[in-house]
Amino acid sequence: MISNTIHNDLVIENGIAFHEDVMLDLKHLKKVYPTPKGDYVVLEDLNLQIMKEEFVTIIGHSGCGKTTMLSMIAGLNEISGGNISVLGRHIKGPGPDRGVIFQAPSLMPWMTSLQNVMLGVNQVFPHATKSQRNDIAKYYLQKVGLEDAFHKKASDLSQGMQQGVGIARAFAIKPKVLLLDEPFGMLDSLTRGELQDILIEIWNKEKITAVMITHDVDEAIFLADRVVMMTSGPKAKIGDILNIDFERPRTRKSVLEHDDYYKYRKHLIDFLEH
Amino acid sequence: MKQTVTLDRVTKFMGLGFLMTIKSLFTGDLDKEGFRNFLRKVVVPIASIFLFIGLWHMGAKSLYNIEADYKIEKALTEQGQEAADVMKACIASGDISCQPNTLPSPAQVWESYRSLLRDHQIIKADKDAFAEKTATLNAKRIAEGKDPITYTGRPSFVDQILTSLKTVFAGFLLALVIAVPIGVIIGLSKTLRSSVNWLIQIFKPVSPVVWLLLVFMIVKTLTKDSNSDSAFIISFISVGLCSMWATLVNTAMGVASVDKDYINVAKVLKLGPVQKVFKVILPSSLPLIFTGLRITLSVAWMVLIAIELLAQSPGLGSFVWEEFQNGAVDSNSKIIVAMFVIGGIGFLLDRIMLTIQNAISFNKTSGI
Repeated sequence: MISNTIHNDLVIENGIAFHEDVMLDLKHLKKVYPTPKGDYVVLEDLNLQIMKEEFVTIIGHSGCGKTTMLSMIAGLNEISGGNISVLGRHIKGPGPDRGVIFQAPSLMPWMTSLQNVMLGVNQVFPHATKSQRNDIAKYYLQKVGLEDAFHKKASDLSQGMQQGVGIARAFAIKPKVLLLDEPFGMLDSLTRGELQDILIEIWNKEKITAVMITHDVDEAIFLADRVVMMTSGPKAKIGDILNIDFERPRTRKSVLEHDDYYKYRKHLIDFLEH
Repeated sequence: MKQTVTLDRVTKFMGLGFLMTIKSLFTGDLDKEGFRNFLRKVVVPIASIFLFIGLWHMGAKSLYNIEADYKIEKALTEQGQEAADVMKACIASGDISCQPNTLPSPAQVWESYRSLLRDHQIIKADKDAFAEKTATLNAKRIAEGKDPITYTGRPSFVDQILTSLKTVFAGFLLALVIAVPIGVIIGLSKTLRSSVNWLIQIFKPVSPVVWLLLVFMIVKTLTKDSNSDSAFIISFISVGLCSMWATLVNTAMGVASVDKDYINVAKVLKLGPVQKVFKVILPSSLPLIFTGLRITLSVAWMVLIAIELLAQSPGLGSFVWEEFQNGAVDSNSKIIVAMFVIGGIGFLLDRIMLTIQNAISFNKTSGI
């Protein structure tokens, strides 16, 4: 790979200049769904840069195209215009460099939780020994508190536990970017809180660039370095970006007691209500 | 207590939950709800069996009377009063030579069932004796490289059941081997699915008889020079071809309708095509494949009888047909025995498939 530093940390690779700290770059992104009554433009001219080791949450009204955008980043949805690049390289289809935690746990119900995580690990580390791969999978399952459920069928686990396996599966393949599509939306608030804590604990250690869609304003503030607010569709784009300056590692308590918390919260709610 | 729970699960699993109600009657732990269950699941079905036998008995009796009256009437008009009296006495005496030929009564069927079993014992003894007698000679013939002498006597009823089972399993395996891989392939590709759809739609409703004739045309030519059992080959291939469609369609549907989430996971993990098929698509479509296989087995069993009957291959079908042609006094009741055996075996085969299906399927909803 030939790359030469031009100026500070601006790098040219394959003719594309990019900032070294930018992990994910969306440029003039457009999504159009053809309908019998003409084209329906979901996203238009959407630009967003996400830095390395950054946790970004995306908030917006239902149907504004958040999920469309995330699945385009994941490579599961075709790009109609513009481009998406990871570390300066345009993405082509899905790949394990972008781990996804889906809204539904999406585990293979006929496999045990360990097998589910191993499915990805085997794929990403084909040259590691079987026991090394096993260790990786078990490590992440332990991290999400499922050390007693290695050999339980996914279909026998509770929703919260299943999503825990989903988190373990996503981290275990060591992606460059982690994409989370409202992963806790279907859970009760207690389980949601637990899983948020688990997620942020693993994330603090791994510092994988994360993009998470959420409907929950408190969740958005608690987890994120930046909250991206999207305008309502059609032709949705970035409406506003809010920097969250709380120190990491954060605890729920410290965040809730912080003076700026309600300021941030008001900002987001004001945006959503207009 | 633990044991009860597992037994309960096993019987439910096999779709035989009513056995549990009978058991709780003996162990005494039967509350009001349990008693109502017992009434519904045990007493009423048993009563209905007796009602059925009673109706059958009365029906058979009235048919017998109609037939007897007709015989006497006929003797009267054709040969006069004297012949009619003789006929009347003859029928009343239960003599074999003049029994009216009609629907047999339950008692006659039961008697035939026992006589078929006795017959089986006799033939079995005969066979054993034959095997013993020819054992040394056969050993010598095999050593010399000749074919051993085989028993060529009449097959018993039980032998014919076994032959039928052998044919149906051969046909079922053929259907499985053909339909599952093809189903998977056409399930994977939308283009292929729409291009072969017309073929499936046309061949699916073709009657077993036509399949038999088609197979007959081909197999007859192919086996001209060999001395293999062409009747068996023809019948099992026909059974397989008739019954495989349910599996083919269900497999294709199962493969085509795999949960999109699983496919997305496979895409994100960049699973190769082989891994995608074996780790994601096949396991997730197993329940539907098994539903298809279950239908296939029951169709196979159903068409088998008709095919055996036409192909002249030994088995329950030809047993029924031979008895019908035979026209002996107990032929009709033997046919009814065969009918119950066919039904009973069909039921058992279905239960076996249901059990396997429940054991394999990952979502715990049981079939019917």
